[in-house]
Amino acid sequence: MKKRNLTFYLFIIPVLLWLMLLIVFPHVDLFLSSFQFENDDGVTVLSFNNYLSFFEDSIYWLTFLRTALYSISITVLAFVVTFPVAFYLTKVVSRKYSSFFVLLLLIPIWVGELVTIYGWMILLSDYGVINSFLIYLGIIDTPIVMLYTDFSMIIGLLYMSMLFMIIPVMSALDSLDDSLIEAASDLGASKWTIATKIVVPHAMPGIASGGIMVFMLIIGDYVAPNILGGKSSLWFTEQIYNFFLTTINWSQGAAFGFLLLMLSSAIIWGVLKLTGQKLERVGS
Amino acid sequence: MKKILLVGASALLLTAGTLMAQETLRVLTWKGYAPASLVKAFEAKTGIKVKLTYSNNEEMVAKLIATRGGGFDVAQPSQDRITFVQMKNKIYQPIDYSKVNEGQLVTSMLDSVKKNTKVGNDSFGVPHVYGTTGMIVNKKLAPGANDWSDLWNPKYEGKISYRLKRPILIATALGMGEDPFSLYSDKAAYTKLMKRVEKKLIDSKHLVKNYWTSGDTQVNIIKSGDANVISGWDGKGWTLHETNPDIDFIAPKSGALGWIDTFAIPAKSKNVEGAYKWINFMLEAKNAAVFTNQEGYGTASKDAIKYFDEKIKRNFSRSFSKADIDNIKWYPALPAGFDKIESKILERIKAAK
Repeated sequence: MKKRNLTFYLFIIPVLLWLMLLIVFPHVDLFLSSFQFENDDGVTVLSFNNYLSFFEDSIYWLTFLRTALYSISITVLAFVVTFPVAFYLTKVVSRKYSSFFVLLLLIPIWVGELVTIYGWMILLSDYGVINSFLIYLGIIDTPIVMLYTDFSMIIGLLYMSMLFMIIPVMSALDSLDDSLIEAASDLGASKWTIATKIVVPHAMPGIASGGIMVFMLIIGDYVAPNILGGKSSLWFTEQIYNFFLTTINWSQGAAFGFLLLMLSSAIIWGVLKLTGQKLERVGS
Repeated sequence: MKKILLVGASALLLTAGTLMAQETLRVLTWKGYAPASLVKAFEAKTGIKVKLTYSNNEEMVAKLIATRGGGFDVAQPSQDRITFVQMKNKIYQPIDYSKVNEGQLVTSMLDSVKKNTKVGNDSFGVPHVYGTTGMIVNKKLAPGANDWSDLWNPKYEGKISYRLKRPILIATALGMGEDPFSLYSDKAAYTKLMKRVEKKLIDSKHLVKNYWTSGDTQVNIIKSGDANVISGWDGKGWTLHETNPDIDFIAPKSGALGWIDTFAIPAKSKNVEGAYKWINFMLEAKNAAVFTNQEGYGTASKDAIKYFDEKIKRNFSRSFSKADIDNIKWYPALPAGFDKIESKILERIKAAK
């Protein structure tokens, strides 16, 4: 074995420090504290109660179910909306312009989630840009309620996560040989057949990795559901936030944090199995 | 390679050294509580560099618990949020009132804060800012709204908003003709009352436009016309009144909720002397008036009223009659365990259809 020199250690130590101090230790600490439970006498004991309360109290698992269903739907929606865009940018438009368009797509990420959310508030409010415009045109007389509804929450979540679907799908489509599409079309395949038999299967690893990213981003998001979501948009992360900040019950919050991690990982694992994808291929 | 490391290490030490050289004061406070002009004046007077971190009651406590009372030299929790945390987590240190210039404070407020922040023989707070939670109403679009019960009045359907936190539970109980604070000694009765409050707020949820979540969203939702009858803080209502005379703060008939924000010193404060200097400086009549003239909230500084702008005095007399003032319900210290009852109820309301 080759003897490792100083440079090797110089580079490996920051990586290890980063991993241990910022990722491993806090997780271990939270994991341990998630088993601490304060019983009625005010004594802290080791127990599974923090985890059990998730299943015992319907408000918790119902909220999780709702959050998960919304996250899955929005992920599917993100695919439907962005796939044509990704296809257009890689296969139709010339390379010179496509990088410019990708740059445009990046802009919402640069300004940050909170700013884009406030932007949507200005657009969707009762007397906001869209309603005022429609009233001015005489199409409607009373404003359509859009802000603080599920509609505005979905738009907000979709908007901030779309990019994470587009980029992996584009890179997957990039490797698709154009001649395959031409050959299929020469042999008389319809556009729909080409899309479902050639383009989508080829892009599948990209779609899957984009899907994982979008799903994880949405299920773990706090800001968009909280600000755009309106009065019934209790998101699972908000419950975790409440444990940490309102009732100051960190153990319970930690337990729910790990439940979120485990359950969302399980959902991803399940979907990958169902669609026959391999994580190794998706990751590449 | 070794040389580079050496240079790097010494550079690190050097910057650490210069940071230590200047005395600093790390203040954990609310937005607006430390106006830039006062911070500058304080730095010029004492040579202490002030570092501000903005927060709210919940985050303040969470931050201090996470650091076990370290990381900050002064904090500004509300008076009712000190004892139940202190009993369990010991994140503050007792106030040495001999170091506080008590003469410049409103005596009744100082006594009340001392009483409400007492754990054992020590008290943990010095009053700084007070204000009330009441209603902010667009009087042109929602004439007649003047009580907490209007937050579930079908007349204002779709134009109602409030913050789904503790104060709305208390306010709803008041609007229903109950006195929640008198039940603070009786957990079972309080839980029962809160059940009724929960039902009331869930039943009337369809009337609500949205729950506002911060000072900014509070102002935004009524300014934009999305809501006309909201719960809100007096200072915010009065600032809104300046830009739109139709909007104003109203003291609800069943009683506005009075809060007092304090100065408290975290257990591991590294600059206790500086902290007392800051407290005394901020409560000097002239400085306290600078704050009130800018933010609209009341101050615990006794003689600050001499330096108030005319409009501040007008605000107060416009929103509060003599009877309204006598009817202000001041928050008593929150008993331990009550936050759990309330938090569950708030979540159920938020999750309800």
